[in-house]
Amino acid sequence: MGIGTVEGFATADRAQVAAALRSMLAQDAVIDDPIALAPYEADAFTTRRQAPMLAALPASTAEVSAVLKYCHEHAIKVVPRGAGTSLSGGSHGLADGITLGLAKLNRVLKIDYENRCAVVQPGVTNLGISNAVDGAGFYYAPDPSSQLACTIGGNVAENSGGVHCLKYGLTTNNILGLELVLMTGEVVRIGGPHLDSGGYDLLGVLVGSEGLLGVVTEVTVRILPKPPHVRAMLIGFPTIEDAGDCVASIIGAGIIPAGMEMMDQAAVRAAENFVKAGYPLDVAALLIVELDGPIADIDQCFATIRAIAESAHAVSCLESRDDNERMKFWAGRKAAFPAVASLAPDYYCMDGTIPRHRLADVLRRIEEMSARCGLAVVNVFHAGDGNLHPLILFDANKTGELAKAEKFGEDILRLCVDVGGVLTGEHGVGVEKRDLMPLMFNQVDLDQQMRLKCAFDAQHLLNPDKVFPNLKRCAELGRVHIHHGKMRFADLPRF
Amino acid sequence: MARFLPQCVAELAEIVAAAADEQSPLAVCGSETKRNIGRTCAIADVLSTAAIRGIKLYEPEELVLTVYSGTPLGEIEAALAQRDQHLAFEPPRFHRLLGTEGPTSIGGVVATGLSGPRRMTAGAVRDHVLGFQAVNGRGELIKAGGRVVKNVTGYDLSKLMAGSFGTLAVLSEITLKVLPRPARVQTLVAQGVGAREGVSLLSRALGGPFVASGAAWLPPQLAGNGDSLAAIRLEGTAESVAARGLALRTALSAFSGTLDHDESCALWQSVGEVEGLADMAGAVWRISVPPMSGPDILEAVPGATGFLDWGGGLVWLLVPETGDCAAERIRAAVAKVGGHATLFRASAEMRRTIPVFQPLEGPLAALTRRVKESFDPLHILNPGRMYPDF
Repeated sequence: MGIGTVEGFATADRAQVAAALRSMLAQDAVIDDPIALAPYEADAFTTRRQAPMLAALPASTAEVSAVLKYCHEHAIKVVPRGAGTSLSGGSHGLADGITLGLAKLNRVLKIDYENRCAVVQPGVTNLGISNAVDGAGFYYAPDPSSQLACTIGGNVAENSGGVHCLKYGLTTNNILGLELVLMTGEVVRIGGPHLDSGGYDLLGVLVGSEGLLGVVTEVTVRILPKPPHVRAMLIGFPTIEDAGDCVASIIGAGIIPAGMEMMDQAAVRAAENFVKAGYPLDVAALLIVELDGPIADIDQCFATIRAIAESAHAVSCLESRDDNERMKFWAGRKAAFPAVASLAPDYYCMDGTIPRHRLADVLRRIEEMSARCGLAVVNVFHAGDGNLHPLILFDANKTGELAKAEKFGEDILRLCVDVGGVLTGEHGVGVEKRDLMPLMFNQVDLDQQMRLKCAFDAQHLLNPDKVFPNLKRCAELGRVHIHHGKMRFADLPRF
Repeated sequence: MARFLPQCVAELAEIVAAAADEQSPLAVCGSETKRNIGRTCAIADVLSTAAIRGIKLYEPEELVLTVYSGTPLGEIEAALAQRDQHLAFEPPRFHRLLGTEGPTSIGGVVATGLSGPRRMTAGAVRDHVLGFQAVNGRGELIKAGGRVVKNVTGYDLSKLMAGSFGTLAVLSEITLKVLPRPARVQTLVAQGVGAREGVSLLSRALGGPFVASGAAWLPPQLAGNGDSLAAIRLEGTAESVAARGLALRTALSAFSGTLDHDESCALWQSVGEVEGLADMAGAVWRISVPPMSGPDILEAVPGATGFLDWGGGLVWLLVPETGDCAAERIRAAVAKVGGHATLFRASAEMRRTIPVFQPLEGPLAALTRRVKESFDPLHILNPGRMYPDF
């Protein structure tokens, strides 16, 4: 389908919707020109493209509410979008829907150091929050690698993680409150500058709901005092198994590092070639362990970690002597994705999580699959929490390779679930993995989740093609089957 | 009137399905140590998960624990302690405050969503539930989440379960994140400081690099030696605790007193379990507000006695058990600063007439009801426990 072709929506309808939205938003806040819509064709999940019917860029909660109310009344689908950095197609456009860009809501509204929180609009970038509070010695903890570009609104939708979530938690553990516009245009506030919401923990279920339940227009985040000291250690291992053992033993020794990242040999070599981080090239796996906090803790824990690494056959073990060196340790890891991009025309990034002790086993099996299907794989991952990011190398211009890469990716995720893990650790289900949901959930489980969706959006207008393989109608899901007299429970134990 | 004590998950599901079939409500509970929290509601049939118990999986290196919902908290804590681990959200027992006894079940801990002093920095119950299995109001066995820390597959229904007081589904199995238990505890105290000065000190301590895991203020009548105090808890290895204590005292000289390990454990247990107010007559409110607003809430009711946890953000307030137990006054004060107030301890009669949980308004009330009905369309699970009409 070419740019601007609209399926299921006549051009006349589009003109009508555009005119209606222009009456509630600034003139330039409605984009219906096919060329101008091109940036909205895809997010960072680039293998699928679809231009939306049009894009609307509201600049206030009232405008978001007006747009959603209109769309609700006219049964028009809506796809919310932050910076478009989703790796699972979370803001993948719909030909018969509008894409609601929240980028104009980009102000930091309030910083409250005494109560250790900040109130920001959803279009503020993740790093923008930390930058806003940096001068006072605070930061916002979750740090997805796209933090320069990705927005807090998108982080809320996807429950984004990052390198430091091992110790400081994911987005969900760092959000205190939300202002949310429901698909009907109703505005609700949940939580606030205090801990725990009254009533059901709707905050907890909204974070990570992938934009299917409501549109976030304001976020209250926790901010933390920056740790006084940060130090990293670079440990090289002769085998992946040794590295895996070391990770398990560190956690087993009661140490929760701020971050614990692993790269396999292919990733190490690619990264070293790309940024010259000074990584040892003869190791099968490289581990970066970062500790933060009081100096006494760091010294003590690194002594323990060094001993653990040595008994896990580490061949090299370097401690950063200053911040420059620490940043150099990280430079390779942070550049790993672009470095891998230089190895092949395309790569496909997976995101399964597994129980840590299955690490070596799973990596070996991924290697076997790679040999079988003929596509190379590079592993860069958050070892501390078992979140794998296998990068499958392929060339989309070769016939059949994309399909082969997708099949390989699916097999990796199946393996993750088989060993007790999950389909996605931090990138979301989106359009990418929705058809794999039955690997983890049976129909009863999925029906329950869809019923919750119905409680927020009874007509399935909000981001409707994501997460669920087969979104059932709410009327069907709401039916209650009564089997009078069929079940007896007289003989069950009582007390 | 029946009391059901299913022995396995299949029996549990059958009982709920039968109740749904007959549209006959169930009073859902674990071991009933927190049965007096919530609205008073008359439900004839009781369903307890107390017999569905045991540790199903505990992998210390993975920091993960899966238990059946009826498992006593004490059994879990003992198993974790053997491997120097714990539940970091510090689940309090409210036996003395609520006048109950016996073991507390983990299902009840999750269903009530109540966390201790460490909640401020380590997160609440909800932050430690990785996954669960439960029976919804249709009698269907549902599961969500998983056993790994990092998981965004599907909606995070685990969070919704925490604090839903058994009104959405009956928990049968819970997977929790567990963490290393700190070896040493030390508490630094500033004595003779009023609530505002105290909260300001706590805020400065929490905003600094000291990694505190507890921050409370107690008035003279609740502090041991008759002088009000602000207290900061430091946990970790002995060396770390000593170093941080020194740094904190250097930065904030008001924290001149020290409580050792055992004294600290006693103090923070007493704070978390509200022991100071337990033996005093009156109704007790649990109020969550922005930390710096804690003192405003303490002053909202003349003559009330209260103390502050979570750096000022959690107010425990004892008021005379008369009239509306100061509900209107307290909720007006909370509305000014943002937060919510729960009538935590009061007579059955009071809890019948005064909204126990923060009343919901407008679209949020309607949304909450729809969420309830998405799990329990027939209103058979603990109807009325949280809100009068569902």
